[in-house]
Amino acid sequence: MTSDVRKIDVDYLARVEGEGEMHVKVVDGKIEDVYFGIFEPPRFYEAFMEGRPYSEAPDITARICGICPVAYQMSSVHAMEYAFGTSVTGQLRALRRLLYCGEWIESHVLHMFLLHAPDFLGYESAVHMAADHKDVVELGLRLKKAGNAVVTLVGGREIHPINVKVGGFYKTPTKKELQTLVPELEWSRDAAIETIRLVSGFSFPKVEQDFEFVSLSHPLEYPFNEGRIVSNKGLDIAVSEWNDYFLEEHVERSNALHSRIRKRGAYHVGPLARYALNFEKLTKSAQDIALEVGLGPVELNPFKSIIVRGVETLYAIEEALRIIDQYEEPASPSVDINVHAGVGHGASEAPRGMLYHRYELSSNGRILKAQIVPPTAQNQLTIEDDLMVVLEDSLELPDEELTWLLEQSIRNYDPCISCATHFLKLNIERVTTE
Amino acid sequence: MALPKLAVYKFASCDGCQLSILDVEDHLLDIASVVHIANFPEASREVVEGPYDLTLVEGSITTPHDAERIHEIRRQSKYLVTIGACATAGGIQALRNWKDTDLFASTVYANPEYLDTLHTSTPIKNHVEVNFELRGCPVDKMALVEVVAAFVQGRRPNIPEYSVCVECKRKGTPCVMVSHGTPCLGPVTQAGCGALCPSYNRGCYGCFGPMESPNTDMLAAAWQRLGVSHRGLVDAFRGFNAYAEPFRIASDHHEALAVAQGE
Repeated sequence: MTSDVRKIDVDYLARVEGEGEMHVKVVDGKIEDVYFGIFEPPRFYEAFMEGRPYSEAPDITARICGICPVAYQMSSVHAMEYAFGTSVTGQLRALRRLLYCGEWIESHVLHMFLLHAPDFLGYESAVHMAADHKDVVELGLRLKKAGNAVVTLVGGREIHPINVKVGGFYKTPTKKELQTLVPELEWSRDAAIETIRLVSGFSFPKVEQDFEFVSLSHPLEYPFNEGRIVSNKGLDIAVSEWNDYFLEEHVERSNALHSRIRKRGAYHVGPLARYALNFEKLTKSAQDIALEVGLGPVELNPFKSIIVRGVETLYAIEEALRIIDQYEEPASPSVDINVHAGVGHGASEAPRGMLYHRYELSSNGRILKAQIVPPTAQNQLTIEDDLMVVLEDSLELPDEELTWLLEQSIRNYDPCISCATHFLKLNIERVTTE
Repeated sequence: MALPKLAVYKFASCDGCQLSILDVEDHLLDIASVVHIANFPEASREVVEGPYDLTLVEGSITTPHDAERIHEIRRQSKYLVTIGACATAGGIQALRNWKDTDLFASTVYANPEYLDTLHTSTPIKNHVEVNFELRGCPVDKMALVEVVAAFVQGRRPNIPEYSVCVECKRKGTPCVMVSHGTPCLGPVTQAGCGALCPSYNRGCYGCFGPMESPNTDMLAAAWQRLGVSHRGLVDAFRGFNAYAEPFRIASDHHEALAVAQGE
């Protein structure tokens, strides 16, 4: 009896935000185990927030993620406002959407050009890619900068903005200040269309899964901050019902909690889910270009998420232009908050998927209990399912190519492992017994 | 001549400071033309072996494994710069240093025995020699460009060490404490952000950590005149740079007073 052990180790998955590990075991050509683990050191946000004032939640939770701080700020302020029975409407609400548009643009473009496109074009990084495709990298950098400019103007700075508070903002921009963003956003609209055409020309492995897509859904608009939580398999709940329908589990191999839908299992959040569940809320031009480049109103191939990110980038640019056009300076930068004991829930659409926050508050507004469910933790099981599907189709590939393809499968989700907690080690073990 | 080799490492952090490198859109390709980005996993699959000429370290030390790993990184690095509040002061996660970490773990995780974590979050300098510290939560991206440029040119980075107040005066931003009674950490906080918060009508909350020799007692007295309690002062000093010594001492002092006075 002989046994042939085939083993591949990648100590650190590149071009993701954070640190994780994947382990694959193949015995006699059959996949025995696949797991995507997260070894980001735990930072215990939910624990150290206990006792802190409610007003600090947007500043503190922003630090969970340097890539999508606005998402944390938005989910936390909505949760606090829910607890205090306040809602932010009119131009303040519109400004929040504008800030979120900026984050979607910068985060999606970062992922498309600097993290994901090098996979499709066969480069180690965007810097390597720039040697042959300088114009493409420069297009991406300029587009990303346009998103950063929106976040910087509305939020104060692009990473960990300082202008968001429970009840609104510390200071609102003037119409004239916002209009300075318009010329570059108009250029960006064309650049986004060019980007969608570019990335839709990549070649995509044929991988599809019967996903349960979950996202917010709002009757009038593509979702950012508000709506019900819906799925393509019948889920339709209020944000406050989260814990009745979703379950977080702590498993040995991961410092992030895994989420599943009770009695059903894995689900998928992020661009593909939002797109499938809200296609008709996209602008006409975003719908048209999506169909023109061959996407259906539902896209089941996770490798094509790069195209959907492009479509969402175009949407965010057009939505930003609409908000700026209709903007009138609000009378006050924030609404008054009536602090009392309560429980608050907030969910918003981070670039990489839905982000849920829940807080219990004391009568003087201190946090008694916090719960934060980031998108990457929700996608963890689905990512493992994808790895399984990709592996089954690609076992004949040599180790190096297979490793890269599996890494790319993980990058399809733009995983933010810092958010989910963070460390990706890739370890493929192939055992042949005869 | 070969370009100097740059490495970027991450410990417990949000990724925001290393993301600042990718956020310098106008200069990213310029940076890549003066240093060889040899090991930067967030940006590239390529890993070129050390030693490295310039190493940027983000994040704080929170696990036994990381406490080992930083020594190996130091051995591979000729010039090591910490970037951001986590690497320089332990970050917001240093709030655990005042609490029972076992209790923390059981608050967040159902099976805390799966975790391997230290009871403290500490800055890199508590573990290895650091050649330069760049402050901020996050760092200012142009300051990061300055650090790389200064290294390439063989000079010390030109980074301000005065307080946020100086930046407000330069910008002509009216003092928020004087003009509308808003508590502000600016007088004890190192400059570097461009005095952002006061220009947005809010008080500074100390992202860049304590300035050289800050007078935290005088500032606390001024805050108390504005009606802030000892408990409120504890919250303020125990923020993103809580474990930096002057802020740590100030928060411990006011916590003792808050307890003594039954706040």
